[in-house]
Amino acid sequence: MKLLEHQAKAQFRQVGIECPMGRIAHTPEQAAQAARELGRVVVKAQVPIGGRGKAGGVKLAGSEEEARRAAEQILGMDIKGFTVPTVLCEEALEIARELYLGVALDRDRRSLVVMLSFAGGMEIEEVAETSPEKIAKLWPDPFCGPQPYEIRQLALDALAAVGGDETMPKSRLLVQLVPLVQSLYSLCQRLDATLCEINPLVITAAQRLIAGDGKIEIDQNAEFRHHDLVKELGDDQVAADSGEDQLEVEAKRRGLTYVHLGGDVGVIGNGAGLVMNTLDLVKQHGGEPANFLDIGGGAKAEVVRNALEMVLLDPQVKGVFVNIFGGITRGDEVANGVIEARDQLQIQVPLVVRMTGTREEEGRKILEEAGIVPAVSAPEAAQKIVDLVAAAGGRA
Amino acid sequence: MSILLNRDSTVLVQGMTGSEGTFHTQQMLEFGTKVVAGVSPGKGGTEHLGLPVYDTVAAAVTATGADVAAVFVPPPFAADAIMEASAAGVGLVVCITEMIPVNDMVRAKAMIQKRGTLLVGPNCPGLMSPGERAKVGIIPNQNGKEGAVGIVSRSGTLTYEIMQALGRSGFGQSTAVGIGGDPVLGLSFSDVLELFATDGATELVVMAGEIGGADEERAAELIGRGYPKPVVGFISGRTAPPGKRMGHAGAIISGNTGSAKSKVEALERANVTVADTIEQIVEVVQRQLRPRVGS
Repeated sequence: MKLLEHQAKAQFRQVGIECPMGRIAHTPEQAAQAARELGRVVVKAQVPIGGRGKAGGVKLAGSEEEARRAAEQILGMDIKGFTVPTVLCEEALEIARELYLGVALDRDRRSLVVMLSFAGGMEIEEVAETSPEKIAKLWPDPFCGPQPYEIRQLALDALAAVGGDETMPKSRLLVQLVPLVQSLYSLCQRLDATLCEINPLVITAAQRLIAGDGKIEIDQNAEFRHHDLVKELGDDQVAADSGEDQLEVEAKRRGLTYVHLGGDVGVIGNGAGLVMNTLDLVKQHGGEPANFLDIGGGAKAEVVRNALEMVLLDPQVKGVFVNIFGGITRGDEVANGVIEARDQLQIQVPLVVRMTGTREEEGRKILEEAGIVPAVSAPEAAQKIVDLVAAAGGRA
Repeated sequence: MSILLNRDSTVLVQGMTGSEGTFHTQQMLEFGTKVVAGVSPGKGGTEHLGLPVYDTVAAAVTATGADVAAVFVPPPFAADAIMEASAAGVGLVVCITEMIPVNDMVRAKAMIQKRGTLLVGPNCPGLMSPGERAKVGIIPNQNGKEGAVGIVSRSGTLTYEIMQALGRSGFGQSTAVGIGGDPVLGLSFSDVLELFATDGATELVVMAGEIGGADEERAAELIGRGYPKPVVGFISGRTAPPGKRMGHAGAIISGNTGSAKSKVEALERANVTVADTIEQIVEVVQRQLRPRVGS
């Protein structure tokens, strides 16, 4: 779940991280009103994706009239597939220097990492690629959090990496950074976030550290602890997470792990690795997978029915390949689900079911009695579905 | 012989009284695993499946001496269950639960690392040493065949596929380990490869990775420095688009890291034969080993 900039900044303020004064505007008139209150403002598109500036979604406005015009241009604009519903109008900062500060999940270290760089303002991935030495890193003990001495060292490392900085006395920088990093880290833990990022972290002309932008990504697995946020973000957020793919939005509503891929062979399996391998197999046999759909461990008949219905919502799908290897999932459950779905949904497209593992014999027997021929090997099943889809006029 | 798990291992099951815990405890017992106790907070003093149930892992360990814990508890409580097992002195924890919040796992990982507890998973099928009649987790019993192939894989169902395909061609396993599909895991590919390196029963290792992270690349570095046994590689998710989480929380190509191509290349640089399909894994193994399969 990705928070929008203004939502992230609301979280920052709650833990004492300073942000520019700002107002949310849904209309150009509201933007003009914000400029009346705040003076010179930056009008920023609120979309959950980077590169807004380059796309023309961020504009400086020196007057009410300019703010109104900027909002007119930005509201409703398309940025990488997202239509801009709102803008954030913020007081323009006197920028002396831009830093990067982020707390992120570091897979390699199995830990959260704090990253600080004086090469802020640009995409951190870009800095990481072109000049990784300019990013100082700290891996705090997750129970203690980052200690002041560690944060001071992080800051000194970041300073040394750019040969020092003249915009602010070192002592003043260290004093402000310690509580800022501690707040951001504890926020990351409290929100179960995998990313809390301030980029740029602005050193103002008055030598204060202020969050110029904010990005927060909350772990999907932890959404159960953040009902209020999930509710507040609502359907917009589901759409944002899914890149506004309507099928993926629907799948999320149904609680299914589904990725839309655009081909015509529907794929359902249990276990992410198996489904990924099934997609690879369909492709190797000349087909184009329509989707990834993992029904997970221990799936019951109802889940299988739901999954089949989901895959068939995609009008491009001309056949479905169900690939089940039973571990925690039981063959008889899957077979019942397939038959239930076929009968209730009156499925017309070809179905190929490959099933083996726990209770495979019971499952196969149920399928055979209902007139569905199960396949034993996955490559054989892949060939079968690709041929059937081709015969039905598919791309394969 | 085998790694991590043998015929003397005694196992307690956290969450044994739940429906999945019950089903898979029965399966483990049928396979021959020495399951000695269950742990369900609040149900201490009762019996389930003919086994004593305790309120805490510590009580179960004191009473039974169990040295392995299997975790079947729901995601909000799973990281705590791992830490509880570690604190009670259990040497190996196998966590089957999926969808555990990753920050919970960061804390659990840090805690058990300090205590020297080994963790397999989470979001994994567990492990099985067929020659020792021992399994902890959910690998289907019928896939276990005694033999000389060590298997280490990120995916549960792919592990079963590989075990079945090899078994049909006459190749059983020393131990099969599913390390899990999460970004924060206990044992990594490298850790398991190091264990297989010195295991007398293992003559060849099949390593099945997938997109996301850099654990496969790390393992390739380890193999490249000189590994005493042949390794056959396999990477799934070759057709996955970048930026999409393919089911497993860990299976996502982000930026320049985690692509199947990078992993295949790293393994090939380390002179690992990388198979394109499960059938090819069998062919490569056939070139390297003589069939040997027990029951």
